[in-house]
Amino acid sequence: MSQTGAAAASLAGEVRIDPAQTRGARQSSPAREAWWRFRANRLGPVGLAIVVSLVLLAVGAPVIAPYPYDKPDFGAAWQFPSSQHLMGTDGIGRDFFSRIAYGARTSLAIGLSAQAIALTLGIALGLAAGMQGGRIDFAIMRLVDAVWAFPRMLFAIMILTVLGSGFGNVLLAIALTGWIPICRLTRAQLLGQREQDYVTAARALGASEARIARVHLLPNILGPIIVALTLGVPEAIFAEAGLSFLGIGINPPIPSWGQMVGESVSTIRFYWHLALFPALMIGLTMLGFVLLGDGLRDALDPRSQS
Amino acid sequence: MGRYILLRLAGLAGVLIIVSLITFCLMHLIPGGPYDEEKMPLSEEAKANILRSYGLDKPLWQQYVLYVGNALRFEFGYSYQSPGETVTQLIARVWTVSLQLGALTLAVAIPLGLGLGILAASHRNSWLDNLVTLLATAGIVLPTFVIGILLILLFSNTLHWLPTGGWEGPSTWIMPVTAYALGPAGIIARYTRTSVIEGIGTDYVRTARAKGLSERAIMWRHVLRNAAIPILTIAGPLVPDLLTGSIFIETIFRIPGLGSYFVTSVFQRDYPMIMTLALLAALVVSLAYLSTDLLYLMIDPRIRLAS
Repeated sequence: MSQTGAAAASLAGEVRIDPAQTRGARQSSPAREAWWRFRANRLGPVGLAIVVSLVLLAVGAPVIAPYPYDKPDFGAAWQFPSSQHLMGTDGIGRDFFSRIAYGARTSLAIGLSAQAIALTLGIALGLAAGMQGGRIDFAIMRLVDAVWAFPRMLFAIMILTVLGSGFGNVLLAIALTGWIPICRLTRAQLLGQREQDYVTAARALGASEARIARVHLLPNILGPIIVALTLGVPEAIFAEAGLSFLGIGINPPIPSWGQMVGESVSTIRFYWHLALFPALMIGLTMLGFVLLGDGLRDALDPRSQS
Repeated sequence: MGRYILLRLAGLAGVLIIVSLITFCLMHLIPGGPYDEEKMPLSEEAKANILRSYGLDKPLWQQYVLYVGNALRFEFGYSYQSPGETVTQLIARVWTVSLQLGALTLAVAIPLGLGLGILAASHRNSWLDNLVTLLATAGIVLPTFVIGILLILLFSNTLHWLPTGGWEGPSTWIMPVTAYALGPAGIIARYTRTSVIEGIGTDYVRTARAKGLSERAIMWRHVLRNAAIPILTIAGPLVPDLLTGSIFIETIFRIPGLGSYFVTSVFQRDYPMIMTLALLAALVVSLAYLSTDLLYLMIDPRIRLAS
């Protein structure tokens, strides 16, 4: 651990110490190495393929979906999968495949934007706690402890009850708990890196704390944060699916896979297709992002390799 | 040691105060009260009477102080959604079911996770190892309600072996416990595998083998004891989740446990119930972290408290 840690630190140091010599390599070499490590993890590329397909499905939903996602057709209600309706129809005759395709938009939009908010909040507070120390650190960490001691779902449920359901509020409820792991990670990484020699050297050369944080520390702690970010996306997607499953997430008629699973439970004995397809899509999405995250961890954070 | 525990307990009290404050504020921010018009049409006087009897007519800060005072005496008031029953009685009644579910799940998840992890580690890179890794990943990644749905579709719809829900005897326990246990078992299996592989490669294991110790003794006395630390780190925080009940598992399998009350209490603005549930959850989580840390001290003589 300490050996590889030192090796990684000196690797990062080398790039910085001799900018003239490594200018050209600086862009490609660490990235290429990371790409090799990413491909060495056999399942990482599988995850990447799943995620890319999902993005294509979400972006291309209007082209891919054969029917509108919200148009009821009462004559065609409760149909099982057929050549006309690939995944059957729901209780009011909406084409289920079209709703599944549009559901990818909901999942990805929530997952990505919740993580973007969580990332901003988490890094800002983590940097503040780790760099300032003292009272600010204490206050932020107690807040982290308190929110952490709350079951995440309960917290989100309560926020949604205050604000009401709907896309924006779901996003907020998820982001308000999602920043915690990133904040903890940023702070822990900072505390680990602050005592490294290159920071002492920068300080001895008269660099300000803000410059040290921005130019030296942030790039060095970025790897683990990117990994946490990738693994946070499926958690946000799971949270959205869970809240919609309980009926307090995304409002109909906007399709959400979690909402579709939740609605299917009462009729699962008869209409298996309404439960199976959205459940499979949620599972596949989670799997894709987690495999991608694992692959990225091997690629970007060599210190944590098993 | 005593001082350390005291300090930690003081910290726990702090967390509970913050949690109760957050909950209290959130609950009172929720638009509408439990006795609003659309829920039950009441005369002005009757409404004022009810509000007074629950202390809802007092200023907010007084309500909070009153609440904390009562909570210290373990009086959490009456649940609005189940009149005639105190919150304590209601929780005692429904938590029993969730505790059964949680305990059964732990009883399945821990041995399963440890066993699979050890199995994978001792047959490293074989098809068995790959299979365990695949199973563990699926267990970790798939949400419990997705696993639950797939189980129902397979065992109730297709094979007709098991009932779709309820909580009446072993045949109804199988699917919820399986759906619930796969995640924790997967996490434990993964960490056990890594720790055991690390342990097998160490010098002290080579020494133990050189002096003629049996493989079984090496595994139990040397490898697993050292592997226990990282496994504990990961397994400790899983316990409170399982004991406070899963909202999803209980919804899908129609189990009358605590989980469903998390949702209905918020919908019905049952202030006493939601406050108590939040405090209970925070308490169980914090106690689990504390006991995990204390267990470290017992398992690993190398860990000494920094004074």
